[in-house]
Amino acid sequence: MAAPPEPRRPATGSSRWHWLLIVPVVVPLLVFLYNSKDPYLFGFPRFYWLQLAFILLGVATTTLVYQLTRKRG
Amino acid sequence: MSNHVTEIVIATLLFLLVSGMGFWAARWRRPSTMAHLNEWGLGGRSFGSWITWFLIGGDLYTAYTFVAVPALLFGAGAAGFFAVPYTVIVYPLVFAVLVRLWSVSHRHGFVTPADFVRARSGSSTMALLVAVTGIVATMPYIALQLVGIEAVLKAMHVNPTWALIIAFAVLAAYTYQSGLRAPALIAFVKDSLIYLVIIVAIIYIPYKLGGWHKIFDAADTKFKATNGTLLNSANEWQYVTLAFGSALALFLYPHSVTGVLASRSRGVIKRNMSAPPAYSFLLGLIALLGYMAIAAKVKPIGTDGNTIVPVLFDQMFPQWFAGVAFAAVAIGALVPAAIMAIAAANLFTRNIYREYFRPHAEPAEEATVSKITSLAVKVGAVLFILLINPQFSIDLQLIGGVIILQTLPAVAIGLYTRWLHRWGLVAGWAAGMALGLWMLYQIPNAATKHAHFGGSAFPLSKWFDPTSIGLNAKATMYVGFVAVLFNILVAVVVTLICRAAKAPDGVDMTAPDDYTADAGGEPAAGLAGDQLPEPAPTT
Repeated sequence: MAAPPEPRRPATGSSRWHWLLIVPVVVPLLVFLYNSKDPYLFGFPRFYWLQLAFILLGVATTTLVYQLTRKRG
Repeated sequence: MSNHVTEIVIATLLFLLVSGMGFWAARWRRPSTMAHLNEWGLGGRSFGSWITWFLIGGDLYTAYTFVAVPALLFGAGAAGFFAVPYTVIVYPLVFAVLVRLWSVSHRHGFVTPADFVRARSGSSTMALLVAVTGIVATMPYIALQLVGIEAVLKAMHVNPTWALIIAFAVLAAYTYQSGLRAPALIAFVKDSLIYLVIIVAIIYIPYKLGGWHKIFDAADTKFKATNGTLLNSANEWQYVTLAFGSALALFLYPHSVTGVLASRSRGVIKRNMSAPPAYSFLLGLIALLGYMAIAAKVKPIGTDGNTIVPVLFDQMFPQWFAGVAFAAVAIGALVPAAIMAIAAANLFTRNIYREYFRPHAEPAEEATVSKITSLAVKVGAVLFILLINPQFSIDLQLIGGVIILQTLPAVAIGLYTRWLHRWGLVAGWAAGMALGLWMLYQIPNAATKHAHFGGSAFPLSKWFDPTSIGLNAKATMYVGFVAVLFNILVAVVVTLICRAAKAPDGVDMTAPDDYTADAGGEPAAGLAGDQLPEPAPTT
């Protein structure tokens, strides 16, 4: 019972494309990118609209990685 | 009182509707038996994309979020907007990390993060620490959901005490009966209502207030003295570390893990993590309700800053729609409260009851114990709110975030590498916990004039002169972030010492390919079903 199970099939699904996910983790933490009021967009200061825009960056990246790693698990 | 009747009637009707759904949920996707923890506690591990999406949304965006995040912007300006970078960061992290947890749990039949730690590190001590940390961190989180309901009740001028007790009694009853299926089903209603309310709010309220620029102007005026609608060099590090630390903490919470483990396959989780913009945008726009409240000159009820969103709705919306909005917030509290209670109950059952009292408990017995524990957890949460100042529960929630982060090396790092020694994990946990609590103890609360546990922003000047490393003299940092760094450092150092001293390490019961396994694969040899390995020798 205490013996570790034998390896069965080679690892799938761990892919170097996952490293891309670092981008949407790091970019929202770079305060200097967005800590300003100008330019305004639809009445929103940059601080607010740009951080909301990072949501799109996150979605784009995770979607890309999902598609790239899909067949491999 | 009389002018709130329409609101109360509408909110009550919607509450009754979801309560009915909660009881009916036991028949939904009916299992052959409910008397198994996989069924009661994980909804049969069968949820597809749609349900998982709503369930995880129900986990992540709670009533407290709707109430407290705008209150933070209302009171503190830009610093409160940290919720947006947080929500961006959290999805890639879940995408990469929690799918591995899903895979290994699928292979080995793990129900809780502590089950995983037990098998991976071979340390029953570390597993117990993870379980206890999870339960302790979740309790105030459940209590906070009640704070959300309480804020709504106050805005309707209803006596909160009895209404809260009734709401939670109903919630406890249908969770007891239906398990995770109840919040999963109700999450549909909750999210539909929340979307409706927020979409109406962000179009209708700015229109009534004269446009978004008026709203931002009002906020600029309020925070003029500090230029508080932007960050400054004193709070930018707090902003960044809080966003990052909260994202790390979120997926360590047992209830997020429950939501993820209930899904059917890796693909379901991955698809979900790449399609959350609706939620994240929603959260950002909800946060801005705080500025709308400034522009609308909302006054909080008493000293309770959490009432500003309900009061804003009450002022701006027609009565009937305010009722819908209040119901949305209240139902938004019930869904996560149910999932959290289930997660805490599963931890108790699997990692305390079964581990220490009844090692050979049958699945039916586990399910029964979990059901009863979930009742106890909810009674505890109600008592908590009724007997203790709500402010105290918010402080406890801050502590909860800091302590749950201390399970990061055992759970999240453990998903990637087995390098850390089991004693290193235990020592790191203890060190991070001690440092975190000590730092929190030293933070005064400016508003209530309490000397301790006043927030999660630690002034670095208490330790050294921040200007010596180029930071603002008043720079603050998120306690959890500092504590978890210290935790990792201690874990690494103790691991090196243990290796040098040739201290015996625990047996790892998982194999490398367990972490990438998908649905359809056979369970691990010798570990079929939910049998855990025998305890490894601890010395």
